[in-house]
Amino acid sequence: MRLTVSILALSVASGAAFAQNDCAAGKTLTEGTLTVATGNPAYFPWVIDDAPESKQGFEAAVAYAVANAMGFSDDQVTWVRSSFDQAIQPGAKDFDINIQQYSITPERDEIVDFSAPYYSAAMAVLTRKPVVDAGLDTSFEALKGVKWGADAATTAVPMLAEIIQPDEAPLLYNDNADVVEAMKAGQIDAALFDLPTALYLGAVVLDDGVVLGQFPAERTEKPDQFGMLFEEGNPLKACVDAALEQLRADGTLAQLEATWLSETTGVPVIE
Amino acid sequence: MLAAIVLLVPLAPGWPAVKKSFANGEVFAKTFPGLLDAFLLDIAIFAWSAPLIFAAGLIVALMRDARAPALYPLRLLGIVYTDVFRGVPVILVIYLVGFGVPGLGMPRPWNSPYLWGTVALVLTYAAYVAEVFRTGIESIHQSQRAAALSLGLSESDTMRYVILPQAIRRVVPANMNLFIALQKDVALLSFIGPVEIFRQAGVYKSLLANFTPYVGAALIFLAVTIPATRYADHLMAKQLRARS
Repeated sequence: MRLTVSILALSVASGAAFAQNDCAAGKTLTEGTLTVATGNPAYFPWVIDDAPESKQGFEAAVAYAVANAMGFSDDQVTWVRSSFDQAIQPGAKDFDINIQQYSITPERDEIVDFSAPYYSAAMAVLTRKPVVDAGLDTSFEALKGVKWGADAATTAVPMLAEIIQPDEAPLLYNDNADVVEAMKAGQIDAALFDLPTALYLGAVVLDDGVVLGQFPAERTEKPDQFGMLFEEGNPLKACVDAALEQLRADGTLAQLEATWLSETTGVPVIE
Repeated sequence: MLAAIVLLVPLAPGWPAVKKSFANGEVFAKTFPGLLDAFLLDIAIFAWSAPLIFAAGLIVALMRDARAPALYPLRLLGIVYTDVFRGVPVILVIYLVGFGVPGLGMPRPWNSPYLWGTVALVLTYAAYVAEVFRTGIESIHQSQRAAALSLGLSESDTMRYVILPQAIRRVVPANMNLFIALQKDVALLSFIGPVEIFRQAGVYKSLLANFTPYVGAALIFLAVTIPATRYADHLMAKQLRARS
């Protein structure tokens, strides 16, 4: 016991000098600090109340877990905000890692680097009660026949085109709030989101929201996996990958998922 | 100067990354046909908005020109209207009208973003066009109005047969400029749903994490706006020659 305490004391004492483990040393923007970017605003349940410093929300919690695994204390994590465009523009970045539900795709991977996936996202159909009452169900014929919408910057757009192939061209919007607004205005019947986002929008933002069903995350074609984004060629990627691997192996990732994204299991699967 | 830019920019340390993101030939070739396709929607929106703007602008200009004291409310309405819609950014009008009005609970197809987006464009641009028409009307010398009235033409006939034919012709170049601006602002309708060229480029940008589609979209816009601008210049020069 005393030994553990003294080792703890030792590690705390040496914390200032060896703030991070060997892997991350010298690879961050500011030595001894991990700068993490997220969206502006960051949405529930990824970050609760748009306050990632609180460690509340799945992505906030994952970011802190990864930081800790790399040897950064909670105080050594600073947050910045970035849009999607800021994250992919060429040139120096103002973040070490950027975590905001980036789907890993080979095309994006040519311009920026992604960590190993930290979450496999099922895609879900969000709609409203009047639309369901009017006869929308999870059959493909019904899904094809309604007016679709999606957030233009997401992989929901190609998924709509490839899997659902709606009769009418979908309407696309800048962000989730606009998609929901169009849904309230009756301009679109249904929209495609990742499942946790759909659950949040359906339960909190829409009065009569219904999450109709989900396309399983493990589908063979084009699985939607979220990764942290780095500037192309950032050497920190290897350290983050190792940290994620460790978190996956010891069950931390699964546990965080259970804590923050537990409601996702009750949604019917669309075959 | 140009030579210096062409020679020196590629020497900048970030050039390879910028080139890959903004001037990627492969991405350009892959996305250009889709962008051209989406541009048809821009043209369609422009084609149905322009006549409406012309008509609405003319009506507002005539309202502001109403001289009878009894018509003062009309005149006031015209003034308030142009003040408000020239003072609010187009994009705000599009958001407020495009999401707000359909949100009142209209059934399809009356809640269409195309419909209300067009209304927003017409509301904004009619205010500018009205001001251009007003300057045109006021540029016709007062003596012409007096002469027409003394010949026995009514107020409305004077406006219709004497003032307007000259006024509208005189402000054609100024209106051309506004319609060139409109041609670009049509892209703002993408904010409320329609997938026109700007949105299509944005989708490609997100999927490919590459800004080259925006460059492609810019080229397509230029291909239309440069000839239009030249034509407006030509009209202006012609008018200048005719008057001197």
